[in-house]
Amino acid sequence: MAKYIIKRILVAFPVLVAVSLILFIMLNVVPGDPVTVMMREHIKPELIEVFKERMGLNEPIFVQFGKYVLNALRGDFGMSYKLKRDVSALILEAFPHTIKLAIYAALVAWFIGIPAGIFSAVKQNTLVDRAFMSFSLMGVSLPVFWAGLLMQYLFAFKLGWLPVTGYYSPKYYVLPAIVLGWQSAGTIARLTRSNLLEVMKNDYIRTARAKGLGEAVVVVSHALKNAMLPVVTMMAMQVAGLLGGAVMTESIFGIPGLGRITVDAMGTRDMPLLQGSVLFITAIIIIGNMVADLLYAFLDPRIRVE
Amino acid sequence: MQNSDILTLNNQSLPPDLGLPPAEDIDAELLDNETMWDRIKIMLRKNKLAAASFVVIVLMCLAAAFAPFLTPYEPNKTSLKDRLAPPSREHILGCDELGRDHFTRMLYGTRVSVMIGLLPTSVAMIIGTVLGLMAGFYGGKIDFVIMRLADVVLAFPSLLLAMVVSYTLKGGIISIFLALAAVKWARTARVIRAQTLSMKEKEFVEAARSLGVKKSTIMFRHILPNCLPNLIVLLTLNIPESILDEASLSFLGIGAQPPSTSWGLMVFRCKPFLFEYPWLAIAPGVAILIFVLAFNFLGDGVRDALDPYLKD
Repeated sequence: MAKYIIKRILVAFPVLVAVSLILFIMLNVVPGDPVTVMMREHIKPELIEVFKERMGLNEPIFVQFGKYVLNALRGDFGMSYKLKRDVSALILEAFPHTIKLAIYAALVAWFIGIPAGIFSAVKQNTLVDRAFMSFSLMGVSLPVFWAGLLMQYLFAFKLGWLPVTGYYSPKYYVLPAIVLGWQSAGTIARLTRSNLLEVMKNDYIRTARAKGLGEAVVVVSHALKNAMLPVVTMMAMQVAGLLGGAVMTESIFGIPGLGRITVDAMGTRDMPLLQGSVLFITAIIIIGNMVADLLYAFLDPRIRVE
Repeated sequence: MQNSDILTLNNQSLPPDLGLPPAEDIDAELLDNETMWDRIKIMLRKNKLAAASFVVIVLMCLAAAFAPFLTPYEPNKTSLKDRLAPPSREHILGCDELGRDHFTRMLYGTRVSVMIGLLPTSVAMIIGTVLGLMAGFYGGKIDFVIMRLADVVLAFPSLLLAMVVSYTLKGGIISIFLALAAVKWARTARVIRAQTLSMKEKEFVEAARSLGVKKSTIMFRHILPNCLPNLIVLLTLNIPESILDEASLSFLGIGAQPPSTSWGLMVFRCKPFLFEYPWLAIAPGVAILIFVLAFNFLGDGVRDALDPYLKD
């Protein structure tokens, strides 16, 4: 197991470095230099050169990258052009909001997705199965931003049950969590269903039934344990995705999380903030996927052997 | 058909709850000389939802192609007296904040979605296929470089990577094209590489090699056709994803730029009027949902139908 963990970490690390390099190059070759963005139009051309020199923008790109990485390792991602504050501080401020939203959304996804998947598999090819599967396919097909608007209109404006935007109490997170969770619930339901159906074909399930065990016992305590392995991995990956990926949901519901600051940085062409937040999000997802892999290996010894 | 009769009979003669899955209709009809396309045809006949989805997709593509003939209005012609007009006989979905006919703009928006669904996806898949074939066939350093690059691309959340690419290229439809193509090749490459690896060991490739057939011919004439089922399945996954990504990017204001139209952009532009004129923002979203859902239902059916080919 230890060998497997080390191997998996050794794979993740170069990817992280490559990701940051690609990101750095892409964001730093943009035409239109940051000084103009920072100072707006009214700045003398001579001054631009002075600032460029001072900010180290005239150095070769790999030197700039090297400096960036060294600083990033110390937790310094530079300063936001627009907000004139440390990028790392801005990210740390935004992250708790994203964590909260991710947890709520994950809970929605699990409480809907797993039972829906189990029911669909047990009642395979019935109306219940079709209804659940259509519902979950709808979750995957739904444009998140539009679903968000629709819910705001329906539940916040028309019915007045919930607030439209904001982040002041758990009530504010209900709509965003449903919007975000539905999507993940769809994936989880489909995965649970297909895995359960696969497992139910095994001989040991037939043996369990032949012993005269009730269908519920067979499904829950014999089949489900094995069927859930890939689902658990998927869940871990989704949490990583939710932690980093609630870009649309956060912008619509006005939650100042990571996704929101990324979109804002994009809009104001605030390069250091964009770079810092995208890098942070990607790192979370890479690490999350690594944890998912390790979790899988931990739960299923067969993986560790190869 | 004898074949299928025996299968059904066997299935009926067994006690019902032995845990055996019911013989699926599609498999029961599988004959030896059946092609992939036959299986898809059978699936379309059996799976009503997939068939209906197919019809919806064809209709929407036709609507995109013949948009000018389906509406008397121009998509960009403003008319201040019709500003935010509610749905009426003349304007089925009313008019937007500049008095442009909303339905007309949605029809033209279909073009963007169809194009985005097909063009960058196809480009990305062609690139991915060639790279995947090369990685699987040559192995060694080529394989290592291509696959590590794919790993890096797949490590990015695709929407964020697309955002960064559009940031670099300053937005617009072209940058969405490039952004989506840059993101989507990696998955194709990975799948095709795996398929190539297993095909490389097959006798027919060995035979071609011993006859001295050129490497490129082996790759494209002998191995590629065997990747077709995988490619079709990937296509059914990639198209709806690309359509959704375009809509999201346009909604964030980094995709299609006004005055050109796109469903995502229309939702974005009509968002401020959500509470007074809800139909404006809701209608384009419904279009996105129907289009993407149709692709997903069809894709689901196709995946089921091609299942035996994929296990190869």
